[in-house]
Amino acid sequence: MNAFKKTPFVLAASLAGALSLSSAHAAEVEVLHWWTSGGEARAANVLKELMEAEGYGWQDFAVAGGGGETAMTVLKSRAMSGNPPSAAQIKGPEIQEWGELGLLGELDGVAEAEGWDTLLPPTVADIMRHDGQYVAVPVNVHRVNWLWANPEVLEAAGVAMPTTLDELFAAGEAIREAGYVPLAHGGQAWQDATVFETVLLATAGTDFYRQALVELDPEALGSATMIEALETFKRLRTLMDDDMPGRDWNIATSMVINGDAAMQLMGDWAKGEFTAAGLTAGVDYLCAAAPGTQDAFTFNIDSLAMFRVEGEEREAQQALARLVLEPTFQEAFNKAKGSIPARPDLDMSEFDTCAQRSQEAFRQTAEQGGLVPSMAHGMAVRADVQGALFDVVTNYFNSPDLEAEEAARRMVNAAQAVL
Amino acid sequence: MSLSSSLARPAGPGTRRSPAAALQAWLPKLVLAPSVAISLFFVYGFMLWTFVLSLTNSRMLPSYEFVGFAQYARLMANDRWWVASTNLVVFGGLFVAICLALGLLLAILLDQRIRQEGALRTVYLYPMALSFIVTGVVWKWLLNPGLGIQAMVRGWGFESFTFDWLVDPDMAVYTLVIAAVWQASGFVMALFLAGLRGIDDSIIKAAQLDGASLPRIYRRVVLPCLRPVVFSAVMILAHIAIKSFDLVVALTGGGPGYASDLPATFMYAHAFTRAQVGLGSASAMLMLGGVLAILIPYLYSELRSRRHG
Repeated sequence: MNAFKKTPFVLAASLAGALSLSSAHAAEVEVLHWWTSGGEARAANVLKELMEAEGYGWQDFAVAGGGGETAMTVLKSRAMSGNPPSAAQIKGPEIQEWGELGLLGELDGVAEAEGWDTLLPPTVADIMRHDGQYVAVPVNVHRVNWLWANPEVLEAAGVAMPTTLDELFAAGEAIREAGYVPLAHGGQAWQDATVFETVLLATAGTDFYRQALVELDPEALGSATMIEALETFKRLRTLMDDDMPGRDWNIATSMVINGDAAMQLMGDWAKGEFTAAGLTAGVDYLCAAAPGTQDAFTFNIDSLAMFRVEGEEREAQQALARLVLEPTFQEAFNKAKGSIPARPDLDMSEFDTCAQRSQEAFRQTAEQGGLVPSMAHGMAVRADVQGALFDVVTNYFNSPDLEAEEAARRMVNAAQAVL
Repeated sequence: MSLSSSLARPAGPGTRRSPAAALQAWLPKLVLAPSVAISLFFVYGFMLWTFVLSLTNSRMLPSYEFVGFAQYARLMANDRWWVASTNLVVFGGLFVAICLALGLLLAILLDQRIRQEGALRTVYLYPMALSFIVTGVVWKWLLNPGLGIQAMVRGWGFESFTFDWLVDPDMAVYTLVIAAVWQASGFVMALFLAGLRGIDDSIIKAAQLDGASLPRIYRRVVLPCLRPVVFSAVMILAHIAIKSFDLVVALTGGGPGYASDLPATFMYAHAFTRAQVGLGSASAMLMLGGVLAILIPYLYSELRSRRHG
């Protein structure tokens, strides 16, 4: 890893920068993240205050841009020039990729002292480890397979919250007749993929989901079960409006909030939009597991990966890792973010009903095996495979004349074509 | 003084020039040297580096494990790449052709010594002052069937009116043409107008004396005189077309699906967000090849004919 060694010049430059910015703190951590929206930024600030209370410095390195694409580009150039930050918001299989490059530092000391092995569910802990050592710390757990609904629109159409896909289609018809858009959706690749993986989970179950989207088994990807799931997925288009291509997810959520649309299939970050609109969970808006996926939990876990640093910075980095999992930060951050704490032992009474149900489902599915990583949110496969699958899914969903058989065939190719 | 005397040395023992004269001879080269070095490094050096990367299996960060032309083979097998390339041909061809035609027409009309020409010229030229992001967002709203033109015309009572190209995978690429033409044709008009004003009046008067009709004068006298302007306009428009990235991102986001993807957005997606630096570099090299394939013959024929003419 010669290429990544700190050159004296870079070191001197960063030292000079650190000295001029804050000479008061002995040890400082620099954290790259993209928690830049109002609530998220406030939540990240809690961590900063906790660090400062212990006498460490916090250098904020926030790079705006929802999906973190810009942040990752910045991170890559920083890492290549041999000057990575102390910690960065990296998640899922990408942690392994950074680990393989030899750039991450281990956290085993903190993990042992704090008992992470017992604190974290094994599925979560596995993601945070590279080569058997902890290299990252989980910040939160998002559930992706949620259905959000506007109760007034449901009432106007005379339907209840659907619990199966058949009920969803039936309800959709009634809602359409009542003059509303049944399902709000934004036609962007990741949103298409989010709906697709939820449909696959509903029609084929968690075992098949794992086979197809986690293990990338070509037989599963090309099977009749997959073709059926793809057909059902495309049928959902009939419940959506024609103007959806390119729409952002939060605009789709606001359609539900404003009563133009009845429901939306989206992860629990959508709750942030409902909360910001001043609505109360269970009263002004409803949440339920996506139809047909009551026994499953597609997770999307944000984490902070720790880069290999030395000396005082390492000490501060270890403190950061410890503080992230402590109840104060977990509660403050996850209330703002709409997610649930990464450690299941916390008291959830101050969270809203949706978060409480999410927590319940998280614990249950972790025991019964319904806990699966979200492909659409980069938890299941690496970025290149994910991108190739996105292409197939979004192209199939948006091409009226593309058959499901052909899409399944392309999916097999997509999973294999990646070097 | 030591600088100029050391510079004087390369002039050779035979020439007896004063240090000041030698400095004068070397100064332009000296001043230009940094920018030459910078462009050699940042343009040609990085082109070379991209080519090297396109031969490796680089994923998230550059690696130097060479795999020959495997990335190019993968690219050729990639559906999305073909959609993007076809789109570039459609978009680039239509964009350049329509801009030239519209720009020329506007310039000829404005050249008829009309009143308020200055104001009109500004009106047509202003879209060029906007960034493509702004153009993209504005046209995204205009073309959105639920908000824009379609909704407005339907609001007037024409219930069956449809104009939903933006959400139609087969037509989305043409919305890019509309927005880009709107932005750039005024600029082409300005180029042509300058060209028209530069034509010697006496040639036109001579043609009139010979009894040529107005359309004939334009076809046989004015247009041939504008040839260098067409050359510049095509150069500028072609590179706008090939570089188009911001317009796609703002207007269609490459969608529906990836129906309106262009090679530039393909390259960005693969190299920077999908951890496939090798494949992204291969697509960048093919883009460069495409540009050269169009530009070299054109430059060659234009410059040669000018030398002979």
